[in-house]
Order: sequence, then C-alpha cells, then structure tokens
Amino acid sequence: MTLLDVRTPVARPTTGPLVNQFEFGLDAPICLTWELTYACNLACAHCLSSSGKRDPRELTTEQCEAVIDELQRMQVFYVNIGGGEPTIRPDFWHLLQYAVDHNVGVKFSTNGVRLNPERAAFLASTDYVDVQISLDGATAEVNDYVRGPGSYDTAITALQNLQAAGFKDAKISVVVTRQNVTQLDEFKALADQYGATLRLTRLRPSGRGADVWDELHPLPEQQRVLYDWLMANGDNVLTGDSFFHLAAFGESLPGLNLCGAGRVVCLIDPIGDVYACPFAIHDNFLAGNLLADGGFKQVWQTSELFQELRSPQTSGACTSCQFFDSCRGGCMAAKFFTGLPLDGPDPECVQGYGESALAGDRTIPAASQDHSRTTPGRNQPVMLSLTRRPEFDAGAIEAPPVSACAENPLAGFRL
Amino acid sequence: MLMADPMLAEAWTLSDSVALRPEPFGALAYHFGNRKLTFLKKQQLVDVVNALGESETVADALTRAGIPAAQWPAYVKALRGLAASDMILERNPS
Repeated sequence: MTLLDVRTPVARPTTGPLVNQFEFGLDAPICLTWELTYACNLACAHCLSSSGKRDPRELTTEQCEAVIDELQRMQVFYVNIGGGEPTIRPDFWHLLQYAVDHNVGVKFSTNGVRLNPERAAFLASTDYVDVQISLDGATAEVNDYVRGPGSYDTAITALQNLQAAGFKDAKISVVVTRQNVTQLDEFKALADQYGATLRLTRLRPSGRGADVWDELHPLPEQQRVLYDWLMANGDNVLTGDSFFHLAAFGESLPGLNLCGAGRVVCLIDPIGDVYACPFAIHDNFLAGNLLADGGFKQVWQTSELFQELRSPQTSGACTSCQFFDSCRGGCMAAKFFTGLPLDGPDPECVQGYGESALAGDRTIPAASQDHSRTTPGRNQPVMLSLTRRPEFDAGAIEAPPVSACAENPLAGFRL
Repeated sequence: MLMADPMLAEAWTLSDSVALRPEPFGALAYHFGNRKLTFLKKQQLVDVVNALGESETVADALTRAGIPAAQWPAYVKALRGLAASDMILERNPS
C-alpha cells in the first residue's frame, strides 16, 4: 500500500454493493434538502445556515412552483424542506400542497411556531407529508440554552397540537450535543409520549455552528455513549445516516455509511443556489444556481463540482488506517469548517486522529454568507450559565476582594 | 435437484403505487403509499420487473427478459425482496 493509494475504483462498477454505485452519483438526488427562506423567528446558536433575515433574492412563489415541476420531471419523490423557518413564508402551505399534488412528497422541519391546532388538523388530513420538529434538549433548560428562550415550549405545543389533531408519526429532530447527549432516553420517552419518532443528527461546525462547535460537540467519551445507545436503540430511531464517522468504533450503524454530498444528496438554498449538502453552505461547495444555470437538473447533472465529488477521491492521511473502509474519512463539511484537509480524518474521528489534526496548524474558513440578524432579538439564546470562580470553590479565595477605597468599616473583616 | 420455487408459476405485477426511476446501474423504485425506496441493482432485474405485468408467470417474465435459467433462483430471491415491501404484487392470489 502506498501513500497515493486510491480506494475508490476509477470507473462505475457493474457489480458489488450499492454504496459503490452511490459514490459515482445518481441521475437525480435521493435526499434533497430545500431551504425555502433564510428568515427565522429563532436565532439558534448552532444554525447551519446562519439564518435570521429573509434574503431579498429568495425565489418567488412561481419560481418555487417551477422547481417543484422540475423535481417531478426528474422523479425526485420527496424533498426535505427547511430554512430558516419555512412555515413563516406566507406561501408555505400553498407550496406544500403544490408539491404533494405533483407527486413530490414533503418532509418539513420546523421549530413549531406556526403549528397551531388548525394547521395541525390540515396536516393530519394530508397524505405524503412528514413533519419534523426541532428540539435540542429534552428539558427546557437544555433546549433553550442553544435554541433560545421559549423555544422548548413552542416545540412541545406543536407536538401536542399534532397529536391532538390525529397526525401520525411526527418526527422529533435532535442535534446531539455535549449538553443533551445524556438525555437520549428522555428524548425517546418524549417521542413515545407524543406518538412520534426520534431522529438524532450530528452537530456540524457549519454556519453559526462554527462559533459554538468547540463548546457543543460531544466529547470523545460521549461519542462512545452515543454509539452504544444507537447500537442498542438504532432500529427505532432515525439518524439521517449522519453518524457514519462512528462506524470506526466497530460495527456499522444502519444506513448509508458514505458521504453523499453531490452524489445522492444536495441542497437548494432560498435564492436557488445549489450546494453539495445541507451542511456545506459555502462558496467552495456551490455547484451553481438553478435560475442562472439552466435549472436544477442541469446543475445536478453537469456542474463541475458535482462531477469532481463523483470522481475517485484520495484517502490522504487516512490511507493507512484500518478503519477507513468503515468511516471513509467521515464528514466533508465537518472537516472543511474546522479547517482540516478534506482528505484527512474527521475532526471527531473516533480513533483519535481528529484531535491530533485539530491540534495542528489550521485556519477556519471565513463564512460565505450570513443572514443572522444584526441586532439581537428577544428569542436569541444566551449561552451563559451561572458558575463561581474555580479558585473560590478551591478555597483559595475566602472573601471578595477589598478595594483601596472601601469605606465600609467591616471591609476585609474575616470571622 | 432442488424443487422449482412456487413463485415461478405465479402471476405478479409491479404495483400501481410504484414509480421506477432509471439510474445508471438499474433503477430506483419508490412506493408512494408506504414511501419505501428500493434499488434495483441490475438493468436485467428492471427488465424482469417491467415484464411481470404482461407475462403469464414469473418464469415467463424471466424468459422474456432473457435471464438464463441458472440465474433464476437469484432473481426469485430479489423479487421476493420486492414483494416484501409491496413493490410488486401477486395478481389474483389464490
């Protein structure tokens, strides 16, 4: 084996596992995410798309309908709609119906803000629509820390409304963090309580997530806890195949253990830009624009970036690792946004190669876009917790400091 | 010699709720009812599935698609997999 060993065969194979076919890409994506707006009522600390304010260039209703028509022609059978908060687009419910009427099923992600009893009843009456409520803590304290005050109550109310309306099998979508990884059983219990399915996904250092990743990403020992939990409970829990970097612990988790970016997955953003994956909203992963470049099919099938992602990749520093075939180097976006080389280990490599890579020289890339609100709104999370100085707890400090001009006769007095 | 699989003598068809999307390796099958995605990993399997509806029996469909008899057991196994997720349905089951 040499350092230049290339693990991917050079031409599309005619036999063998399906995953080898996926590496060469499909004629249309099987998992397409479409973010309808950058506008959001929340300002989650780890937002992948740095959402907040609407972009004035966002696709119009007619342009969105044209996208749906094209997806129908391409036989993209369902689309994951997100944002921003998609339901605050005034034409959201129209577009939902339009998609379903054109054989494009919809799974949409929401923080629940618009899921009142009437909307819940409408959703219960539709076929072919899935609802995914984001919740990043099984308690308000843990959730609101990253998603902002009141967001837990909003999500729970939405789940209650859906259940009361008879909507079956909503999804509770959780980004696993250092703070909530201890709550996996509680999340499962919440899902069971609301007749919902739990979905766990990986925290990515994308968008505003880059700013908080160091504090929020699960610690190495927590990754093991997560892996063991998924091995024990994985059959009833969805993961969006996002934890394939954990496969290097041993056994592969269910799902596609492969980076699907530009091969089977992609993202359409609110202004029609097409990116390789929902976690890679950056100029380096921009394949084209469906308005400027002749439509989505054209971008998907002919963009230079996607051709490159579908061609053989080198495994770089991971070449000599015996676990390479399990994790295939992990997540491209996680590497990119932590400033690591794309052909090296994932920053959360469970064999420990990520930590040493993170300790080396690296430059975190500047964001290409930011739709965050410039002035903090009332829903902005405040990622502070009350603690005492460690020196105080250690007994090194017995009383508050006394300044030179303290006038109190008891200043500095100790019992 | 093994007994012939009883499925070979049955009449099957692609479900009305299923769409086949052509792919470089074969096809992707999507069931609009149960929302299951399945991959038909060979073009020959796609040919067999497409031939089911207009064939008297599964054996007939395999013949039409030009599948050598030696490979029939593998194809029957794949068809049973498709049947398990309701992608293909038995016509007039007894």
